[in-house]
Amino acid sequence: MYIMVIGGGQLGYYLARGLLDEGHEVLLIEKDAKTCEKISQDMGGICLRGDGCETVTLEKSGTARADMFIAVTGDDEDNLIACQVAKHKFKVPHTIARVRNPKNESLFKKLGINVTVSSTRIILEHIEREVPSHRMAHLLTIQDKGLEIVEIRVPEGSRAVGKKVNELPLPEGSILSLIIRAGKKPLVPNSSTAIEAQDQIIAVASPESEEALRTALVG
Amino acid sequence: MNIVIMGCGRVGARLAGLLDKDGHKVTVLDWDAYSFRRLPPEFGGQALLGNGLDEDALKRAGIEEADIFVALTQGDNRNIMSTQIAKHIFNVPRVVCRIYDPLRRDLYETLGLEAISPTTIFADIFKKKLESTG
Repeated sequence: MYIMVIGGGQLGYYLARGLLDEGHEVLLIEKDAKTCEKISQDMGGICLRGDGCETVTLEKSGTARADMFIAVTGDDEDNLIACQVAKHKFKVPHTIARVRNPKNESLFKKLGINVTVSSTRIILEHIEREVPSHRMAHLLTIQDKGLEIVEIRVPEGSRAVGKKVNELPLPEGSILSLIIRAGKKPLVPNSSTAIEAQDQIIAVASPESEEALRTALVG
Repeated sequence: MNIVIMGCGRVGARLAGLLDKDGHKVTVLDWDAYSFRRLPPEFGGQALLGNGLDEDALKRAGIEEADIFVALTQGDNRNIMSTQIAKHIFNVPRVVCRIYDPLRRDLYETLGLEAISPTTIFADIFKKKLESTG
């Protein structure tokens, strides 16, 4: 595949390297001459100096035949515009934009970007998961379906302890998919499985029902 | 008319002053309070501190009731992004932005935005001026 990467910061650098290792044709576009030179020294002549939002730059770098276009600069607006040019002007089938401000994620979708990756949100989630008192962590977002996969830890003293799954006030659309118990094999719960304290539950929920699900299992 | 201007630089401040004088309800948004010094002393509109790429800041600036949104920050991409927010999220009837880079004309036309590029306009004016006196 011909994959274009916009922005040669840490993220762009390691992304390009990974894609090259997988055997893809990669072109990285970076504004800064020094950064560009360093990348070319390290990985061969894969870096073009230029502005990834400019039609002229994109034209000469063969964007029209790109299979994928990934914008990972540090500025949300630059990532948005670069992806829009790639998509609307050069008809690149797949565009991915990095989003730093989590607020912009839904906005980018409304403005037609296929996939957004919120670096801030991902880092936050990873840190949250490490905080022992944190009872719910996001594991994965299934973007186009509006679903989230979350992990919930049932504390001692939760009202859910001892109750069966069908006795819990679970919000509509949420599914308890897996229960992990210390020293036991993970089990797929059914309606008569009883919840125990310290259960680690993997569940599917919509972003709206998340809070109700949390309350049902933790409260 | 209700007009929201994003960016209180020389052009933004002057435009705000002119429109205010004509009796429009003008709100100017800028993320640097220091730039409001450029507004004329008699300016009767609202000067609001905030980021024009932030939906909440735009709401505070009254974008939901705005008839016109103008983006005049120093960043072309910021201007393009905010006008798209105004147009597609808040359905402002008329949005206009400044874009320095004339090469982006293709893009904003594709996106259906109304844009003015001072770069081309000034270059043309200067050229005419030089030719007429030369």
